[in-house]
Amino acid sequence: MTQYEVRIEVGHRPGILDPQGGVIERALPALGWANVSRVRVGKSIRLAVDAPDEATARAQVDEMCRRLLANPVIEDYTIDVLSVETV
Amino acid sequence: MSRRVGIVMFPGTNCEQDVAWAVTVLGGEPEMLWHGDRTVGTADAVVIAGGFAHGDYLRTGAIARFSPVMDAVAEFARAGGPVVGICNGFQILCEAGLLAGALQKNAGLKFRCEAVDLRVETTSTVLTRQAEAGQILRIPINHFEGNFVCDEGTLKGLRENDQIVLRYVDNPNGSLDDIAGICNEGRNVVGLMPHPERASEAILGSTDGAVLLRALL
Repeated sequence: MTQYEVRIEVGHRPGILDPQGGVIERALPALGWANVSRVRVGKSIRLAVDAPDEATARAQVDEMCRRLLANPVIEDYTIDVLSVETV
Repeated sequence: MSRRVGIVMFPGTNCEQDVAWAVTVLGGEPEMLWHGDRTVGTADAVVIAGGFAHGDYLRTGAIARFSPVMDAVAEFARAGGPVVGICNGFQILCEAGLLAGALQKNAGLKFRCEAVDLRVETTSTVLTRQAEAGQILRIPINHFEGNFVCDEGTLKGLRENDQIVLRYVDNPNGSLDDIAGICNEGRNVVGLMPHPERASEAILGSTDGAVLLRALL
């Protein structure tokens, strides 16, 4: 069995208003960064999953995202495998 | 015999006693339902009360939807039973897929706690059947995440099927199409951000919520 350390990023789907991103986008120019746009705020979730191979690990994390970690109505997500360890 | 209203409580729910009091004042009989219950008991109607179910961790309502009682609520709703979600209860019904869309942080990121004016958009729901179309109700809101969102297709469906139940007269939170409350296609599941139980006695400053809650009795 192998342990995969995974980082999941959950963000707003395109077209869905992101109130936190909007506030930051208005705050940065006040500090002098007038060249910033497209600010989006999301969540980063890290977890380790034991699985026989990476494809299985990714498939399981994908299901976790769909069923709990993200709300598909307003959010999308990306999955990155950060490290692999034999256990 | 008075009608029994089941009031769902999760760890973190905090409006259940207010709903129970309002139900009692209006002549109904409240029955508390715990999140671990696998049945809605003898309830004739179910209210999911407001608060912060399971701490609202991850997302509002995200954990609550997996509580055993939600299977019973879904079954009750499928059989046509009246189900109303108030505030956090609305968020839970959306997460559970019993209502469309989702509720996210208020535009402006302000927690809004104030009385607002709502317009009754349809009277063919279990909650608004005793109100009048176009009637303005003054009822308090109390939320940080009441900003209703959904995709364009869903919004089109809500409009065409007359599922938008209540709209804000003066939108306090950025909600899409000024939506304060919606219902399912069966019209027996209604979610709303405002708290009718907090406007059910003269001493509370408004009795406009009574016309909604009385419809469940």
